[in-house]
Amino acid sequence: MAQSHGAPEGCEVTAMINPTEYLPKSYHRRMSTYWWLARWPYLKFILREASSVFVGWTVLLTLVQIWAVTRGPSANAAFHAWMRHPLMLGVNVIAFLFVLFHAVTWFSLMPKTMVIRVKRQRVPDWAISGPSYAAWVMVSLGVAWVVLRG
Amino acid sequence: MSKRSNEPLLWLLFSAGGVVSAMLMPVHLFLFALAFPLGWLDPPSDETLLALIRQPLVRVYLFVFCFLSLFHWAHRFRFTLYDGLQIKHLNELINVLCYGGAVVGTVTAAYLLWRVP
Amino acid sequence: MASRITIEVARYNPARDHEPGVNSYEVPLRKEWVVLDALNCIKDHLDGSLTFRWSCRMGVCGSCGMMVNGVPKLACATFLSDYAPGPVRVEPMRHFPILRDLVVDTSDFLMKLARSKPWIIRKVEKPMDQEYFQTPAQLEEYRQFSMCINCLLCYAACPIYGLDSQFTGPAAIALAQRYNRDSRDEGASERLDSLSNLEGIWGCMFFGECTQVCPKHVDPAGAIQQYKLTAATEWLKAMVLPRGAK
Repeated sequence: MAQSHGAPEGCEVTAMINPTEYLPKSYHRRMSTYWWLARWPYLKFILREASSVFVGWTVLLTLVQIWAVTRGPSANAAFHAWMRHPLMLGVNVIAFLFVLFHAVTWFSLMPKTMVIRVKRQRVPDWAISGPSYAAWVMVSLGVAWVVLRG
Repeated sequence: MSKRSNEPLLWLLFSAGGVVSAMLMPVHLFLFALAFPLGWLDPPSDETLLALIRQPLVRVYLFVFCFLSLFHWAHRFRFTLYDGLQIKHLNELINVLCYGGAVVGTVTAAYLLWRVP
Repeated sequence: MASRITIEVARYNPARDHEPGVNSYEVPLRKEWVVLDALNCIKDHLDGSLTFRWSCRMGVCGSCGMMVNGVPKLACATFLSDYAPGPVRVEPMRHFPILRDLVVDTSDFLMKLARSKPWIIRKVEKPMDQEYFQTPAQLEEYRQFSMCINCLLCYAACPIYGLDSQFTGPAAIALAQRYNRDSRDEGASERLDSLSNLEGIWGCMFFGECTQVCPKHVDPAGAIQQYKLTAATEWLKAMVLPRGAK
């Protein structure tokens, strides 16, 4: 049993764009501007790319902080007050989550770029991302120690 | 035969920046943007931080942190604008804004770190 | 399990339609049936005008690629029972112009494949009576990328290919890597000349869906990222030793 929902019979044939060599008309589908909302893998990809904005944001924060630290007490006070503002805290929570997302996706994708073989067997992805995560923890602890030891 | 582009340089900077930002940004943001302002951890005093920043090694660390992370942002953001928003025709403008922005940020970082009192 | 399932098939007749429409058909739901069986059932008994490509019906020819519920799949490798109770939506592969019903125009891919020079390039061919020897380890370097059946599901999955008509695409670049990694080949430099640009490897944003949908586990995303690393290394070498690199 067939039910047709298509164009009505006998409708006017209009010229299509980019005719191919053997067939005069082919239909070109345009990608919607919101293509990235259609499926979760697409959205996840765009979120991953969007994390770069928060990477840039963090650099901006770091530059402002360097300026504040090196410009004396009044600049410092302004910086601290600014960082405590609810809006800033809100933005930075989001920035932190995005930067975490960047780190996790980065370490899981990195092994794909490298082909390392041990005795003809290719080293599996987890054997490369595992040590990367371990290094991440070590480096983070190292930085925290340097900052907090006083 | 097409000419090989200079994209490899930009990709190498992007990759290096990706590693640096992945490794270091979570802890930096956690400490300075969340833990200290919210009082979860006792922040180091401003004098301590100044003493820390005066050390040449720390200045180099911060410069590399800013420089590579900025180029990571620039490369990824440029492609997101290029493909994600389908505004390829603004190609030249996108490149200037992104990589130019990264250069400006890098120069600013260099200046600030050079002029630590 | 129900005994019947509804298949919604995209229809397009260039001589008659402005744009694609959808026809619904009800076919038997048999445990071992795949989407291709449903399409053949429709064509044999319900609507002989339904047009689609297929050949081997066992996942080696690469002819029957189509979108099943929005995901690129081989019609011969997609079981109907996985979609019960249905309906199942079957559309032509995304990002290609539609010629008719489920048939798409793949000539863009064929043109771009030529850019990859998918053949062994030698500076000097060996005489006909001398073989090229290759160890199993050397074969392993490129074997995965040689499994490509040109089904083009990766193109249907790649949003960059959909957004940018100039992009060479996953399969063509993976096939270039298949030859670059082949120990018998000496054409890596030539291929790099045609692919180390924004239309080639540098246009890839490592979305990764191409690898997810590939029915032969070629991992084109991995191939392209490895190729980027090789190209970057070659670029560095060229910077450091401009004359000696090639």
